[in-house]
Amino acid sequence: MSKIYMDHGATTKPDPEVVRAMLPYYEEYFGNASSLHSIGQEAAVALNRSRQQVADLVGAQPEEIIFTSGGTESDNLALKGIASLKKNSGKHIITSVIEHPAVLNTCKYLQDNGFKITYVPVDDQGLVNPVDVEDAITEDTILISIMHANNEIGTIQPIEEIGTLAHERGVLMHTDAVQSVGKIPVNVDDLSVDMLSISAHKIHGPKGVGALYVRKGTRLESLVQGGGHEMGKRAGTENIPGIVGLAKAAELAAQRLDDDASKMCSLRDSAIKKALESIPESYLNGHPTRRLPNNVHLRFSYVEGESLLMMLDMKGVAVSTGSACSSKSLEPSHVLAALGIPPEQIHGSLRITLGRENTMDEVDYVVESLVEIVEKLRAMSPITPKH
Amino acid sequence: MYSKKVMEHFSNPRNVGEIEDADGVGEVGNPVCGDMMTIYIKVDDGKLTDVKFKTFGCGAAIATSSMITELAKGKTIEEALEISRDDVADSLDGLPPIKMHCSNLAADGLHAAIEDYQNKNKSK
Repeated sequence: MSKIYMDHGATTKPDPEVVRAMLPYYEEYFGNASSLHSIGQEAAVALNRSRQQVADLVGAQPEEIIFTSGGTESDNLALKGIASLKKNSGKHIITSVIEHPAVLNTCKYLQDNGFKITYVPVDDQGLVNPVDVEDAITEDTILISIMHANNEIGTIQPIEEIGTLAHERGVLMHTDAVQSVGKIPVNVDDLSVDMLSISAHKIHGPKGVGALYVRKGTRLESLVQGGGHEMGKRAGTENIPGIVGLAKAAELAAQRLDDDASKMCSLRDSAIKKALESIPESYLNGHPTRRLPNNVHLRFSYVEGESLLMMLDMKGVAVSTGSACSSKSLEPSHVLAALGIPPEQIHGSLRITLGRENTMDEVDYVVESLVEIVEKLRAMSPITPKH
Repeated sequence: MYSKKVMEHFSNPRNVGEIEDADGVGEVGNPVCGDMMTIYIKVDDGKLTDVKFKTFGCGAAIATSSMITELAKGKTIEEALEISRDDVADSLDGLPPIKMHCSNLAADGLHAAIEDYQNKNKSK
């Protein structure tokens, strides 16, 4: 039985074109981009070209792209880099309750180090209200960091509005766009952001590489001291093969964005419709329309998500869950909790994240499998009501 | 992360269901925490003649429930009370460390069912 991968929110399979683009930078062009000789300059050329390709994907200038080790480092660099530079002019940061741990735990770290953090709430579909952000701004506010699209439920935030009001109040704006880049149009000017985090492995690129867009004129302190790489914002010899892979993935994502998005929207809507129609007491988590094209997030009463996930795995289907039982911390999803979903229902949630290779036949198979599995688990569950 | 034995019990759980005229019923865990199980026992002449379960929970919760029914069936009350959480985990060739506390409730469920049986019989 061939496997059906529907966990693209976790990671994606590197595109063969990405792997092909990377290989020469392991096998042949191994130079250090800082070396002045021709072998080093081959790497420098690749680095510059890659910077342009990544900039193009988000409507930025190449000198505004800082390569990092991935989305988590990009988020850390944005938050800590601004905090440490601006600590004398203000110590207040605004974020949301449903951010990725890369932002939430960085905020927690800054809080432990004397910063004040405001966590704005979300409504029951996962949307931040820009008015809440505006109301939270004080004279001490130095930065707002709100994710573009949520990694669990796929809700797309009104970043344009928040970015605009941040700038009206003279506050810097960062967005974690790790999940949205390559799936919906992302343009740093349209979004009105000063910083934006990107990860390669979420867009069919390699793991261990990402980027932070930093608007020209925005200063931040490097987290890593060293040889002055990446315009002094991130020291360390550049991961050229990884960066070339990210750039190729960015180029392909830009080319395929329209086709991929419309295909995934139709798969997504079909999966949601069929699941809700064929499984009683099943619900959609997140926003019905302001939603990533590839995100299907469902919950089923009376069953537990890890069991669902494992039974789907036995049928060759890979998905993920917000259940505490499958997380390292044993804490149920903070995102689903923020929507006001009761804990026993959070445990019964399932995230299906589609990719460009998934098909309608696969969607149908997954829904049919879900119908069978939910029924089996409900028959076994002591909390299923007797009819 | 799970042993073959856990996966085997998870995919083909033994003795799922309720016993209509059970002599003892034990309910442990809480759906809010993600694991809850009910164990039903039938007792005849001091022996557990039937043991069944219903469980809401993860793979480990279902596998341990299934395993306890196998371990307990045919045992005397005294023997069944000796079955520990560790015995259940060992019979399944171990559980991931993180699951040892939260999902390994089956022994507690069995003991609760026996206690229920003993309380009912005391009052008779």
